[in-house]
Amino acid sequence: MSIEVVNITKSYKNFTALHNVSLRIPEGELVALLGPSGSGKTTLLRLIAGLEQPEEGAILFHGEDNTNRDVRERQVGFVFQHYALFRHMTIFDNIAFGLTVRNRKTRPTKQEIKERVHSLLRLVQLDGLAHRYPSQLSGGQRQRVALARALAVEPKFLLLDEPFGALDTKVRQELRRWLRHLHEKLGLTILFVTHDQEEAMELADQVVVMNEGRVEQVGSPEEIYNHPANPFVYSFLGRVNLFRGRVRDGKVRLGEAEFETESENLRGGEWPAVGYMRPHDVEIALSAQDSQFVQAQVQHISLLGPIIRLDLKWLDTGELFEAELTRQRFCELDPQEKSTVYVKLNNLSFYVETPQEKTPLPAFIPIQASF
Amino acid sequence: MKHMTESTWIRWLLICLALLFLGLFLILPLVAVFMEAFKQGTEMFVAAIIDEETFAAVKLTLLVALVSVPLNVTFGVAAAWAIAKFSFRGKNVLLTLIDLPFAVSPVIAGLIFVLLFGSQGIAYPWLDAHDIKIIFAVPGIILATTFVTFPFVARELIPIMEAQGKDEEEAAVSLGASGWKTFFRVTLPNVKWGLLYGVILCNARAMGEFGAVSVVSGHIRGMTNTLPLHVEILYNEYQFAAAFSVATLLAALALVTLILKSVIEWKTQRKEELS
Repeated sequence: MSIEVVNITKSYKNFTALHNVSLRIPEGELVALLGPSGSGKTTLLRLIAGLEQPEEGAILFHGEDNTNRDVRERQVGFVFQHYALFRHMTIFDNIAFGLTVRNRKTRPTKQEIKERVHSLLRLVQLDGLAHRYPSQLSGGQRQRVALARALAVEPKFLLLDEPFGALDTKVRQELRRWLRHLHEKLGLTILFVTHDQEEAMELADQVVVMNEGRVEQVGSPEEIYNHPANPFVYSFLGRVNLFRGRVRDGKVRLGEAEFETESENLRGGEWPAVGYMRPHDVEIALSAQDSQFVQAQVQHISLLGPIIRLDLKWLDTGELFEAELTRQRFCELDPQEKSTVYVKLNNLSFYVETPQEKTPLPAFIPIQASF
Repeated sequence: MKHMTESTWIRWLLICLALLFLGLFLILPLVAVFMEAFKQGTEMFVAAIIDEETFAAVKLTLLVALVSVPLNVTFGVAAAWAIAKFSFRGKNVLLTLIDLPFAVSPVIAGLIFVLLFGSQGIAYPWLDAHDIKIIFAVPGIILATTFVTFPFVARELIPIMEAQGKDEEEAAVSLGASGWKTFFRVTLPNVKWGLLYGVILCNARAMGEFGAVSVVSGHIRGMTNTLPLHVEILYNEYQFAAAFSVATLLAALALVTLILKSVIEWKTQRKEELS
């Protein structure tokens, strides 16, 4: 079932959690709401579930208005960050809860409930634990019970709030794979909240990047990584190097290096520009391979395991930046601290603050740049 | 961690001090009550207990507890639920008001009701016209007791409910449970031990309350005398053996309460250890 959020605004006592947010989640997709804490992603999830009420805007399920509908009638499966399992009930009773609280007319028979619960226990690979209590399970097991409990009422879709937030790295990776698998098996629309960009990239078909109550970008993991819409998305999706410069007549100068822009509307005039670049796009050589290489000094070397991170200083401008190398490339080069190397800045994206008279808000126009 | 342990003699000194204090102020008086009660033989003791007026006092005390405890349970659960699970204007005022009966002297609490419903009181003309008696009658005793025992259940439940948050309730509602079902199947079972603890304390105080009840009761024998008041009357009439015999009933109540309280504490502790 598709979910549509139309112009939602929600504010609490002294801050606005969501500003005029609109979003469409197509049926059957696994979608991540990604953003830092306080970006409004959990609020949006709770609004869709009906646990909060918006001031303005509408929420549609499959085209049908659900804005004023009670949580109980929305038939949404919600999994809470800390699972919210009923601590005084066994795992069986927890999963059966949504069925046993129905009124007599719609409640399945005891036998049917028993069968449903056991098939769900098999689905979440916890058969045999039906008579345990939540406190006797591990974090990962509790998470799966919470999922089974939400699935028991046959919801229209699943909403997960930071589903793996409270688990250790290894369990988290296992559960991610398992959730992906579950999604393929059930074909259910799943929307989950996360602040972990790696989790969003690995799991989701679509990623919704949020910041300060606004949707910054919606796209596939590849799209948002390769073509970030603005500096926020760029820097939120991974480590980033910043280079400050100015655009003049369609050209950006950073020290000795000059970058050509393709954007026509930046000709004539001069504006501050910031260049964004991923550390793994820094190419390192011991000698200048062509005219596009500049000199940099190695400040510090961090051995992180599969990759090696170098802290570099651009000799020309004094700017500090990072480079990431594979272990193999690092061994080939064998750079020493305080030694000088040649670097080439590949895939540098510039974001320019356009003049005030054109747009009231500072908008950023990415421009492709090359030497 | 050697530096954290006190030397043996200091430990023994502290333990002895604590035991001495307990013995002097708790065990000794309790033993004295039972000694005095049986001083003139078991027959006197039994006679004092099965006395008609004592019987009336027991009946009244039980009636008062039977009315005021359920009232305070209802109020306490409702107040605790509202305070712990919702945010609303005036929440802090409500919290302070709940503590009020603990802050005021019970005598003042009794006087409030005399001033309201007594023959000089604001509501007296109306009550008199409708032939309703509150002061120097059972309703007054119940009112005063309810007022004094008002905070026990709410105070016991608020911290427990606040610590548990409202995640489980939200989960229940999202699974389609109605408000009542959420309350009876999720909220209430989660606080049952705390609630029982509150009820026991509330009951003990309701049966043992002296000050407030003394002001509003009028000490009419066989009519408005609760157990504590009855003990006082007997004592003032120099019927020491009878007074102490009746007092043993209250002491027994206190002991039963203590035992129940420890059982509940032990049970909750075991539950916490499990989780």
